[in-house]
Amino acid sequence: MTAILLILFLISLLYIAITNRLNSFINILAFQGIILFGVAFIELIKLDFTNLLFILLETIIFKTIILPAFLTYVVKKNNITRETEPFVPNFLSIVIVTVIILISFTLSQAIHDDHINKLFFIVAVSALFTGLYIIITRKNIITHVMGYLVIENGVFILSLAVGSEMPMLLNTGILLDIFVSVVLLGVFANKIGEILQGHDIDQLRKLKD
Amino acid sequence: MILPYLILAGLISASLFFNRNKMVTYVLLCAFVVLQFTITTVECSHMGISESGYFVADSLSILLLLILSVLCVPAFIHSIIFLEGRNNSAEESNIYFAAMVVLMTSLTAAYLSSHIVITWIFVELTTLSVSALVFHKRHAKALEATWKYIFVCSISVTLVFIGILFLSMAMHAKGVTDLSYDTLITQAPFLDVFWLKLAFIFIFTGFTSKLGLVPMYAAGIDAKDNAPSPAGALISSVLVNVGFVGIFHIYEIVSHTAVVYWANKIMLISGILSLFFATVYMLHVKNIKRMLAYSGVEHMSLVVIGLASGGIGPYAAVLHIVLHSFVKPALFFQIGQVHRVYQSKSIYDIGNYFKYNVSGAMVLLFAFFTVTGMPPSGMFTSEFLIFRALFEDGNYGTLILVLFLLTLIIWALGKNIFKMLFLKPVHFKEINIVRINPLESVSQFILLALVIYLGIAPPQVFVDLLQGALINIAH
Repeated sequence: MTAILLILFLISLLYIAITNRLNSFINILAFQGIILFGVAFIELIKLDFTNLLFILLETIIFKTIILPAFLTYVVKKNNITRETEPFVPNFLSIVIVTVIILISFTLSQAIHDDHINKLFFIVAVSALFTGLYIIITRKNIITHVMGYLVIENGVFILSLAVGSEMPMLLNTGILLDIFVSVVLLGVFANKIGEILQGHDIDQLRKLKD
Repeated sequence: MILPYLILAGLISASLFFNRNKMVTYVLLCAFVVLQFTITTVECSHMGISESGYFVADSLSILLLLILSVLCVPAFIHSIIFLEGRNNSAEESNIYFAAMVVLMTSLTAAYLSSHIVITWIFVELTTLSVSALVFHKRHAKALEATWKYIFVCSISVTLVFIGILFLSMAMHAKGVTDLSYDTLITQAPFLDVFWLKLAFIFIFTGFTSKLGLVPMYAAGIDAKDNAPSPAGALISSVLVNVGFVGIFHIYEIVSHTAVVYWANKIMLISGILSLFFATVYMLHVKNIKRMLAYSGVEHMSLVVIGLASGGIGPYAAVLHIVLHSFVKPALFFQIGQVHRVYQSKSIYDIGNYFKYNVSGAMVLLFAFFTVTGMPPSGMFTSEFLIFRALFEDGNYGTLILVLFLLTLIIWALGKNIFKMLFLKPVHFKEINIVRINPLESVSQFILLALVIYLGIAPPQVFVDLLQGALINIAH
């Protein structure tokens, strides 16, 4: 069951690579939140009740409901009518993300460790590099934040791999999640809309040598 | 002692944030300085004793704590002068001071932590407080710098976290769940090489955003340029040191394994590339603050090159870190005065500084000789030892390249600083020139004198601390 969920997550990464609409991007993030909820539930069922509750609440409430709702609010408030414009054509993007996933598979062959489920590693590394790829190739600041959230989801999956033995790491990971998302979105996505007109990264090019 | 310290510092920061009275602000700042000195002295006498399970004072943390305590006084003084001159709203200066106190507190905790996750948490806190400092001026450029800083640092901090997860996987295979540095170092030889390599590369890359090296150096440059100069002084010294602490600890861990040769190569490549970028930018940059920021990149690249060279290299690297944390703040405080005289950071607008501010010009002149590592500067000693380590390592090609790039950097820095001191400025009108009180330069003279003293005639305690810092590096 975990495997199916994780593979669904991989497929959602492929979808992210070609989506140009901000709304579908937000929906995918919410969808990934639900997947993470499922994986966390199956993997961590042995954990004590409070820890489990905290982690599950984080995935279902924070990742699936609050963040997408807030992103939608930011998109509406700042009137970002333009879709995310990739520098790279969609076809190329999907090829590159496929290559990223293939490389993660090859890299996982080097793991000689029976305690770790390799699939966690593969999905996490793919999410990390897909997120970085999105940040590099898209122009819109809000898309950059979404790319960062994809990376965060990857980190969450990776921490699930050791989560049942080291809940401290999982909790710190969640702390990072909430903290950075609040700082990036709550404080900043709002301020940027006020001071700059629009969310195009080209406006943030004044600092040069 | 560390828990009461964190609580008290938190209280001071909160009251700084809410208080509207200027005198109370000054009293609170004095209280924080006293607190900072107290924790430093207490930790000096508690070396090697674990506190609260997650903190322990070792030689390196004592050294860095001493630096932080020395710097916090001039940083507050220059911040007060800076804020007085700008007529900010009370709210803006409150946020500024509260953020500065949070920054110093989280730095102290990060230096002292003996657990990799605790270090990580406090490094994350420094990102937040620094972004509040960078955003202080609230114009579009400050916004851009803050956004870039938060974004790049968040990604870097995530990378560090991924590295920690890889480490934990390696430990997990051995059935250990404790991630304190002591356990990691003792377990290191038994860990899986694949995980260890991945962990090293992720943690190293993540911490380069704080240390200011390739690949993540760019955000730090913008932050140092746009932050008020007293904050820039802290960002380019004590905050850089926290990046060094992170990299140093992971290096201690890998130095006990066969991965160390590979790790040395990674660090050398990063160091040489950083030095190269620093040279290229310093040759054509026209903004004096950015120039100093790139000079920071140059010095940190020397530090990792020293660390990666083995032999006397790690000793020289720690010495260089200490000396750099005195000379760079001196320069940044001085640039604050330059900016008040000329109202500009551009090389073209600044000139004939001796005419307008003699004491400040003397600081710039001495700081130039100190920062480029000319005798009697202490940095001469540390740089010389780094070159020696490279030579003894048989790395002649790198040594020649480093020397060549450093020569170009000295030329670039000299050209601009001497122009600022002696040539007539192009677009400067001599009306309403702000006279700077010579007393304001005293702190910079003291810092520069410290660099000379610690490099030429280091007291035995200092040498012991330096050697104690290297105790966990396997040779």
